[in-house]
Amino acid sequence: MGKSNYLKLLVAAALVAVIPLIVSGDYHLSILVFVGINCMVVVGLSLLMGYAGQISLGHAAFFGIGAYSTGILTTHFGFSIYAAFGCGLLFSALVAVIIGIPALRLKGHYLAIATLGIGEIIYILFNEMVELTGGPSGLSNIPAFHIGGYPFGHSLQYYYLVWGVLMVILWFSLNLIHSRVGRALRAMHGSEVAANAMGINLSFYKIQIFVLSALYASVAGSIYAHFVSFIAPNNFALMNSIMFLVMGVVGGIHNIWGAVLGAVLMTFLPEYLRVFKEFDILMYGAILLAILLFMPEGFLEGIPMMWRKYVKRGEA
Amino acid sequence: MIQKPLILSTERLHKSFGGLMAICDLSFSVREGEIKSVIGPNGAGKTTLFNLITGVHCISSGTIVFQERSINGLKPHVIAGMGISRTFQTVELFPQMTVLENVMVGCHPRSKAGLFSSGFRLPRMQKEEKWIREQAFEKLILGGLQKKADLAAGNLPLGEQKTLEVLRAIATGPKLILLDEPAAGLNEVETQKMADLVYAIRDSGVTILLVEHDMSLVMKVSDEIIVINYGEKIAEGPPDRIQSDPKVIEAYLGGETLCLS
Amino acid sequence: MDLQAQIIQYLAAGLTLGSIYAMVGLGFTIIYNATGIINLAQGEFVMFGGLIMVFLTTTLGLPMFASFFITLALTTGIGMLYERLFIRHPSKKAPLMTLLIITVAVSIFFRGIAMFIWGKDPYSLPHFSSPKPILIGGAAILPQVLWILGLSLLAVILMNLFFNRTITGKAMSACAVNRMAASLVGIDPFRMVMLSFALSATLGALAGASITPIALMEYDRGPMLALKGFCAAVLGGLGYGSGAVVAGFLLGLVESFTTGFISSALKEATALIILILVLFIKPSGIFGSEEVGKIKKI
Repeated sequence: MGKSNYLKLLVAAALVAVIPLIVSGDYHLSILVFVGINCMVVVGLSLLMGYAGQISLGHAAFFGIGAYSTGILTTHFGFSIYAAFGCGLLFSALVAVIIGIPALRLKGHYLAIATLGIGEIIYILFNEMVELTGGPSGLSNIPAFHIGGYPFGHSLQYYYLVWGVLMVILWFSLNLIHSRVGRALRAMHGSEVAANAMGINLSFYKIQIFVLSALYASVAGSIYAHFVSFIAPNNFALMNSIMFLVMGVVGGIHNIWGAVLGAVLMTFLPEYLRVFKEFDILMYGAILLAILLFMPEGFLEGIPMMWRKYVKRGEA
Repeated sequence: MIQKPLILSTERLHKSFGGLMAICDLSFSVREGEIKSVIGPNGAGKTTLFNLITGVHCISSGTIVFQERSINGLKPHVIAGMGISRTFQTVELFPQMTVLENVMVGCHPRSKAGLFSSGFRLPRMQKEEKWIREQAFEKLILGGLQKKADLAAGNLPLGEQKTLEVLRAIATGPKLILLDEPAAGLNEVETQKMADLVYAIRDSGVTILLVEHDMSLVMKVSDEIIVINYGEKIAEGPPDRIQSDPKVIEAYLGGETLCLS
Repeated sequence: MDLQAQIIQYLAAGLTLGSIYAMVGLGFTIIYNATGIINLAQGEFVMFGGLIMVFLTTTLGLPMFASFFITLALTTGIGMLYERLFIRHPSKKAPLMTLLIITVAVSIFFRGIAMFIWGKDPYSLPHFSSPKPILIGGAAILPQVLWILGLSLLAVILMNLFFNRTITGKAMSACAVNRMAASLVGIDPFRMVMLSFALSATLGALAGASITPIALMEYDRGPMLALKGFCAAVLGGLGYGSGAVVAGFLLGLVESFTTGFISSALKEATALIILILVLFIKPSGIFGSEEVGKIKKI
């Protein structure tokens, strides 16, 4: 991994450790927990979109599989949280493989449609399998996360859990990008025909990254279930999948840090817009449009670009 | 003189795109260790031939045999893994990646690190990365590009881009390398450097199949030449025989296509 | 109700749904052909069609006939404004993914405006003619259904004539195939893009206005319709208008019969399940061709 990325990771870790000293209060820490959870999903999407060049319109499904696996297996079947967590990963991987292999063998954006489809189907399953999932009324009393029998009672603990796991995910992802696998993916982006000629099996890598991104989402979903203790199907619908995409694009999908930035921004934004009441959807749409129109490459590349354009212009 | 074995041969190769016959009944072979050039007027089917050999297009009929194994219908990345490497007529570098990284990608078939070992940065992956980096840098030195290792490949001038593409192809450790117009767009000095590179490749034991329009280069480096026109082989043999072959002369000067008077 | 009557009932419902999906699918296709963008705000044109007409007839008290055409005009204007403000500039440099998300943002923005103006309640319109059902083969069919079908078919025929018989229409098709070549022969691609948005908006408005008397309309009907219409467009072979139309009707019929004979739970998923099944068998869609499929990527 490049030196600059190691540095960024350390700085991020330091920030993570320090922020709770400044920010306190359950409300703000909760938002930060949600930010972290969203980051996990969006980092996976960034790998998928920015590096493997594929679009997933159904990532909320994997998020939901993680959440419901944790929820159902702990409440209805008395699984330990780690076993339930593992099952969530397994189911997500299975679904990803089942739709990924046929979709990614074909050229073009069939994964987009396949994920759209699986997203809807899984959403319907969540709604319809009432005995297991509780249907539209949701699943409640999901136990809190616990380590060695000590359950989490405070947002601060979840905060450290989420951001700790996220740091590991970031470390893993950055390692991947700066490896043979990452080069193969970036080569695919540069020239598919040349990548093929260099012995790179495109489908194989696309599928692997797709499954990996599904696993990230599943991890996020499982932690989410423990944190909120009540989940319902409408947290895992098409709109949510699209929101994840929006976070990625706003931050900049070609860079993992962009994904993080996008998740941070777009998780905080609705909270600040609550003030506006009937305006809130309108404001959200308007701000989103403004961001996209002025920074089509996302915030991470957009801010320096704006700096160069408007500030440096002042210097002769 | 003991003849070297055939490394590549095609047998009655046909390729049509819909109604258009691009390659017709083409049979030829390449001996291990030689430099064989494929020449012919524009549109004769030379790049199509390369695309057939490397699996980019599928064969309509006929066979291609590489090291005594049929490679009909194999996917491009599989064929690359078997030891056939190539460059492209229009440079297909990875423009956003650095010069060094482009060549490192070339090392892909010779390396193994997968998702798991890469993500967790296992020791064997780190060792392999070091090896890949060294290998790639060696190739850069061979092509004289070592000072530009960290520049974006897309920013190089054309001559160096073409050299880089050749270096990347060499990095795969091929047994056979297909060079598609490596000297196109190069001036005399650059062409000479490319010729030197081609000799260096041959000297390392790699067989070369070359498509080129620059006749002086072709006549200089080739052990054998095959001439294609309208997808058909019209001549095959050593340079001096080809130069004096009336069919070849006619193909290049044409019947009604070129009027000299 | 005996079986025959049931079938006719479902048929009518299916064709009704189908014509809406067909209109939305056609709208998707027109914009996709001109720009390569999937306009995820397509459903909002339908929504505006319905709600604007409600405003004109209910609040302003205009006669239905006039309202209808004014609604079409206004929604078309919205479509053109949308293109000019939010698509024109980004389309020059922004990556496709960003453009897609821009359409998502526009969809949210439009929904926000609609919610602000009309609130969250559903609204209704009077039927275009008589609200009394007609008996056809034992089934009670609303005359509005005939309006919906008739208007949709009229729209399809007009679009067909436009693209195949008029110079402008052919120019748009040319743009779709090769933008650079088209501009070299004097076709202004930007005007073609704006025209594509205008036409899509008109089609959406037509669908919205005609469906509201039966199905009501509220501010967030858009996304679900966009999803179904998108399925229709892809099913028909992305880029083939006639394919989108046929696929739209097919989807409507399958959805109606599935709801009627199997279960209503699957209603929302039907479109997607069919889409996935068909794509497994023929990835380029029912009417698409593989060669064209390779050239156009989503």
